[in-house]
Amino acid sequence: MVLDRDKLLDLYRIMLSIRKVELKIDSEYKKDEMKTPIHLSIGQEAVSAGVCINLDREDYVFGTHRSHAQYIAKGGDIKKMIAELYLRKTGCSFGRGGSMHLLAPEVGILGSTAIVGGSIPIGTGAALASKIAGDGKVTAVFFGDGAVDEGTFHESLNFAALKKLPVVYICENNEYAINSHHTSRHPKDNIYRWAEGYGMPSYQIDGNDVVKVTEYSGNAIDRCRAGEGPTFLECMTYRWKGHIGTVNDVGEGQRAQEEYDYWLSRCPIRWYANYLYDIGLLNKANENTINSEIDSMVNEAFDFAVKSPKPEARELMDFVYAR
Amino acid sequence: MPWTTVEVEKQDKFIIEDEDQSGRVISYKDALYEALDQSLERDSRVFVMGEGIDDIAGVFGTTRGLHEKYGGHRVFDTPIAENSLTGIAAGAAMAGLRPILVHARMDFLLLSFDQLVNHASKWSYMTGGEVSVPLVVRTISARGWGSGAQHSQCIQGMLMNVPGLKIAVPATPYDAKGLLVSSIIDNNPVLFVEHRWLYKTMGKVPDTLYSIPFGKGVVRRKGSDVTIAAISYMVIEALKAAQKLETENISVEVIDLRTIKPIDEDIIIESLAKTGRLIISDTGAKTGGAASEIAAIVAEKALDHLKKPITRVCCPDTPTPTSDVLEKAYYPDAETICNAVRELLK
Repeated sequence: MVLDRDKLLDLYRIMLSIRKVELKIDSEYKKDEMKTPIHLSIGQEAVSAGVCINLDREDYVFGTHRSHAQYIAKGGDIKKMIAELYLRKTGCSFGRGGSMHLLAPEVGILGSTAIVGGSIPIGTGAALASKIAGDGKVTAVFFGDGAVDEGTFHESLNFAALKKLPVVYICENNEYAINSHHTSRHPKDNIYRWAEGYGMPSYQIDGNDVVKVTEYSGNAIDRCRAGEGPTFLECMTYRWKGHIGTVNDVGEGQRAQEEYDYWLSRCPIRWYANYLYDIGLLNKANENTINSEIDSMVNEAFDFAVKSPKPEARELMDFVYAR
Repeated sequence: MPWTTVEVEKQDKFIIEDEDQSGRVISYKDALYEALDQSLERDSRVFVMGEGIDDIAGVFGTTRGLHEKYGGHRVFDTPIAENSLTGIAAGAAMAGLRPILVHARMDFLLLSFDQLVNHASKWSYMTGGEVSVPLVVRTISARGWGSGAQHSQCIQGMLMNVPGLKIAVPATPYDAKGLLVSSIIDNNPVLFVEHRWLYKTMGKVPDTLYSIPFGKGVVRRKGSDVTIAAISYMVIEALKAAQKLETENISVEVIDLRTIKPIDEDIIIESLAKTGRLIISDTGAKTGGAASEIAAIVAEKALDHLKKPITRVCCPDTPTPTSDVLEKAYYPDAETICNAVRELLK
């Protein structure tokens, strides 16, 4: 698969946007103005960027409690996302969802769920709708290695394979469900083999290599568009921060320092920047330009959010039922 | 004869008398079939899925042959995976279709609470009204012939405290068709509660498509001494009780609530203003159920109308027994209601 120069630079821009947005959240969160639980994806940017670069605007994405990266990669409005983290009326869920329930229907993000494994059947259902309606759309469902413990994972993959649905399942294996290591929850270190058992092509790939993620997800999406059914991608990656909030859970009784240091040395963004330098697409000048463009975009988004109004108490019962 | 039909075949063909209504006299079962058939015909977004729905029995006849008429892509069998199927249906609804998911037993619905309660019912709110879930979940409760603790539950009351969900409990053929159509065209998740013992009930049903508004009950029989607010199959038992009590010169008003979420509070309170005595009858367990909620509404809004304390005629707080002797002791029927009425008038 050959990506053109613009797309290769877009991947960099998207990953850096995710990183910079989340670093800003990390630094602002202590002020307690974002009064909602947050789950950061720092270190996992390549997975969302690599998958979403292959999706069209109208294709669907479903995510989890840790969905900032997919929202940004799919093209969700970052101002609305930050405003939602500040629980403002201008937020993408109008202050009813918070960080765990991001959505941007205009770019195919119909919602995300805070119940582990919850988005897997819902994304499968969106793909079923595409199959029934024949609208040619593809659905990408993102979840972690914790979600594969749930029945919904197995039930949904069986259904999608049976019905040959246009869906790509992306397991971001960051090794931990809160503090529980995946080898303490699974008998073997090969989640993708389960998916293979349901009769779909399944791959375990380096989730920090955005080129590889782009290539494999591109092929998976092509398969969907050709009516060949679902694909499963287990993307091996690592979250730098703790499960929730801005905590660092490294050291005594928690994640080992050596393990953490190893994964930091494999920063997906630094690796990709070096790659772009090597192939002559990135240089000091355009790197600086991209960085400063993203910095202003992030600052504008936070500025927009903090200046936005909060919902009013009288709006409490709005949206319980659809009109 | 399959055990699921033994008790149903024993039922009298109860006929709903309604002089104001036009249409042919057909069964509740055929009314459901007609609603599905005409909705599939009218709207290409509608599809039906569920365990075994395209088999020869066709969900007690309500889906029989529809897969041949509309194709296996719109009417299809599924794996046995209630929770994910609910999520799959919800996802398809979010993406613009109008799914109807069928559980041949209401008991199986319990496997799907995560997707129904955590997801489908909350999605509109969590997305600030941006993404709706126009989903219908049909569930059928059974009764008798040793159905037992896991094949006879009526848990609609449990789901009344789930914001974002609607619950329809049709008792007549006219309502079965009209409320199923209303549920399909509604933009919210609807739990559509059917009762197997209603399937042979006959009544007038127009052959055209029509809908019935949610939250509007109906007086099935006018009376002046006691009000019975009934839900689902208990409407039939209440009407039988009212007929019997008429011979004792007791005049009973029977209200069919039609939907319990939203619930028609006015129709209960207006009737109570006249009778001052209230019996609430639900097919589910007594504690914390639909009848309890109605009693609470009356206590809050119409206590002054009550001449006597409220009586709930529901199933006792035990799992459903299997023995025919114990079943008889367990289920309330017209006689139970008659006794409750007589007690209230003492």
